[in-house]
Amino acid sequence: MSEQTHVKDLENVVVRFSGDSGDGMQLAGNLFSNISAAIGDEISTFPDYPAEIRAPQGTLGGVSGFQVHIGKGVYTPGDKADVLVAMNPAALKTNVKYVKANGVILFDTDSFEKSDLEKAAFKTDDPFTELGITQQLVPVAITSMVKSSLADSGLDNKAILRCKNMFALGLICWLFDRPLEQAEHLLQNKFAKKPSVLEANIKVMTDGYHYGGNIHASVTTYHVETGDAQKGIYTDINGNRATALGLIAASEKSGRPLFLGSYPITPASDILHELAKRKDLGVKVVQAEDEIAGVCTAIGASFAGDLAATSTSGPGLALKSEAIGLAVMAELPLVIIDVQRGGPSTGLPTKSEQTDLLQALYGRNGESPAVVLAASTPSNCFDMAFQAAKIALEHMTPVILLTDAFIANGSSAWRIPDMNEYPDIKPNYVKPEMLAEGWKPYKRDPETHVRYWAIPGTEGFMHRLGGLEKDNVTSAISTDPTNHQRMTDLRQAKIDYIANCIPALEVKGNPDADLLVVGWGGTYGHLYSVVNELNHEGKKVALAHFNYINPLPANTAEVLKRYKKVVVCEQNNGQFATQLCGKIPGLVVSRFNRVQGQPFMESELKEHFIKLMEE
Amino acid sequence: MDNKVYTAKDYKSDQYVRWCPGCGDHAIVTTLQKAMAELGVPPHEIAVISGIGCSSRLPYYMNTYGFHTIHGRAAAIATGVKTANPALTVWQVSGDGDCLAIGGNHFIHILRRNVDVNILLLNNKIYGLTKGQYSPTSDRGAVTKSSPYGTVEDPFIPAELTFGARGHFFARAIDVDLEVSKECMIAAGRHKGASVVEILQNCVIFNDKIHSYVADREFRADRTIHLRQGEKMLFGKNMDKGLVLDGYKLKAVTVGENGVTIDDILTHDATTANDIMHQMLAMMDGHELPLAVGVIRNVEAPTYDQEVEAQVNAVRAKNPNKTLRDLLLEGDTWEVK
Repeated sequence: MSEQTHVKDLENVVVRFSGDSGDGMQLAGNLFSNISAAIGDEISTFPDYPAEIRAPQGTLGGVSGFQVHIGKGVYTPGDKADVLVAMNPAALKTNVKYVKANGVILFDTDSFEKSDLEKAAFKTDDPFTELGITQQLVPVAITSMVKSSLADSGLDNKAILRCKNMFALGLICWLFDRPLEQAEHLLQNKFAKKPSVLEANIKVMTDGYHYGGNIHASVTTYHVETGDAQKGIYTDINGNRATALGLIAASEKSGRPLFLGSYPITPASDILHELAKRKDLGVKVVQAEDEIAGVCTAIGASFAGDLAATSTSGPGLALKSEAIGLAVMAELPLVIIDVQRGGPSTGLPTKSEQTDLLQALYGRNGESPAVVLAASTPSNCFDMAFQAAKIALEHMTPVILLTDAFIANGSSAWRIPDMNEYPDIKPNYVKPEMLAEGWKPYKRDPETHVRYWAIPGTEGFMHRLGGLEKDNVTSAISTDPTNHQRMTDLRQAKIDYIANCIPALEVKGNPDADLLVVGWGGTYGHLYSVVNELNHEGKKVALAHFNYINPLPANTAEVLKRYKKVVVCEQNNGQFATQLCGKIPGLVVSRFNRVQGQPFMESELKEHFIKLMEE
Repeated sequence: MDNKVYTAKDYKSDQYVRWCPGCGDHAIVTTLQKAMAELGVPPHEIAVISGIGCSSRLPYYMNTYGFHTIHGRAAAIATGVKTANPALTVWQVSGDGDCLAIGGNHFIHILRRNVDVNILLLNNKIYGLTKGQYSPTSDRGAVTKSSPYGTVEDPFIPAELTFGARGHFFARAIDVDLEVSKECMIAAGRHKGASVVEILQNCVIFNDKIHSYVADREFRADRTIHLRQGEKMLFGKNMDKGLVLDGYKLKAVTVGENGVTIDDILTHDATTANDIMHQMLAMMDGHELPLAVGVIRNVEAPTYDQEVEAQVNAVRAKNPNKTLRDLLLEGDTWEVK
């Protein structure tokens, strides 16, 4: 071994932790990203976990991974890792394709015995040759060192082995010159009630760190540039939690209590979990008997005056569609969150796609317009959930918020907002004097077309709503043909008006670009990174990324028609491109579509954009 | 609640009632308005929720807050209304198809959770609004438009399903018997928790006289028994017939015959947690034993809406002014200066 330790300066770096789903890789990854964020790095993380809860130990099906991207200009968890931690041969085999050719692979030699190799279905006893590995290998006897480190701890063997992830974490902290204090602080919170476990974790982590310092291995260590973030107090947040908290923020700003009706479904259940915990903030949650009851309890709560929401994924959205139509017809506020996953049918429950867009826009019987929004990053889920609730309450309409498995489970650093930065939410309530003026349930604001909200319990405003078509003023049942046309037009006009209340479409990158990249929702980080990179390389590219899909921002047609070449990139077969071309006469776009259940690969996007510009 | 005295008129909307002439629903809506007046809850504190079907038109005729929703989902929507605002009095109106076929799942779960909603289950053993198909309460062999050769499936007995779903309140009435109907509705209104009132209702167009075996005035006294809390289980034109327990089964006897005295007759207790006797009473169908009407089961239990409210209040009491920002600052944070 060389006595020399190389130091490599990098703007950002990607680390991937992989092991058995019971090996604690998510925790190790999470701690590493938090440590880095605490010293000023931008962070983006993404867990890659199997649909099976606990597949047999050591097998390919049981491998769980956690990717962390730290440094400056970090918008995604990164395409490929600079460093891979592989706790066993199965983890190595499933993850080697995610490691850069000149990367480093750190593995636990103790779990590369013959039986381990067999479980991972290796044919020979040399897994590295078999996989054709070009990367630098760093063998570390993690298991035996953890055992000797904790020999006197009094913990049983099982508990000792559960500390292996901390050894790996310590080693990675050494490799990237990250201080352990923040990790100790985080561990203290996590194991506050288990002092012996806490002590063991810290000891093993520290031993891992010192081991790195002592081996003088010819490993490249890294110095990572830290970002220059806005001043403030930060936390790391994943998209599902941000979504849940955005709804709470809207509840605070509107004064309407928050109600969630939901049925467990991957990958949306964490929204249900988070809000179920939030009784401390007055949130009521009904875990319903099915998806339909999830949305229906929410509609009932909305009728009763709450800010009501339901959370689901694609299959659940399909089940809720009739009820969403009821909320359209009854003109009640309702937030529907669809954390998109791979489809159709059960599809790929833990993987990410953008294939529910047209379902959200059109998946109901009748002319049934609803607002559709999409969140673009984990922390943006907070803002878009807030916006969804604001629009629902102020415009008396269902709002469908599309997120996806990628941003729902991915984390980024997030500055804890001062709620004064957010606008008040003012629903269009009835006022007592309206009774004398001849109030009727479907009388509406002449400009916004929003009906006035009379909440049950309010004296004098008793009224009946329902799914049957209603007279456009009195809300009495009506089958009159001209009234039906009028109501159809009113429901559409009410949604169209919202274009006046949302931000204009922004263009990032070079305003005189030869190519406009168009995206929506969770692909933002990848598209933005690539557009940025191309501009750095002197290519003229711009990005228009949509958070508001129905209605579209008022300047959409003007922006899109400004560019000679437009490419719409989405993780489906062209749903948004179809929508745009339908809405904007004469628009010509090319399409970049991937439906693999995985985030875009930046390298692939870049190559495609360069090719388009050269055409 | 205020001290105002309400009359049935206060609960009647200005809408023209569109049910068929002779439909049992006319009597039910009038009776409900009378029951509400007696219960004295102000109209603006009441929400009437329905699904789809003839009976589900009922909210339009009530001068309360009302919501005519979608097929089968009234129980789920009512659950949302009551959980969001337990101060509202919530009524649900459903038919046998709406409540027990498409809405069967929500029906059993509103009962299991014991949400404080008063459910009127209008049972005419047929689909009326879709013009005459058999329903989940149609008798085996029923010949209808969708079963021209007769059905080959057994019906649900609503009471049996209620008990199976751990329901705490069940009452039954016949549409033409306004007094018993009103009595059941008032008892349901007073009961805290999910209450089911099954009303045997006549569909004059598609299933006329389906309940006439027990409903006809001529036979009603002998083929039904009106159960009253704490009273002997007596029935018949002369109130001389009664129910006794014979082994594990109920048996009808005549007081004064074969040495039977009034002391041998069972006394009705709707409040026992154990539902075996209620089950036996509710399963009587008017043939061998009289069909039971009145309040059959009425047991107090914690209600879902109040339990949710109590849990929120208990957690909130630890820090009543806690905000979202407070919550976020409690977690793992770091400061960029």
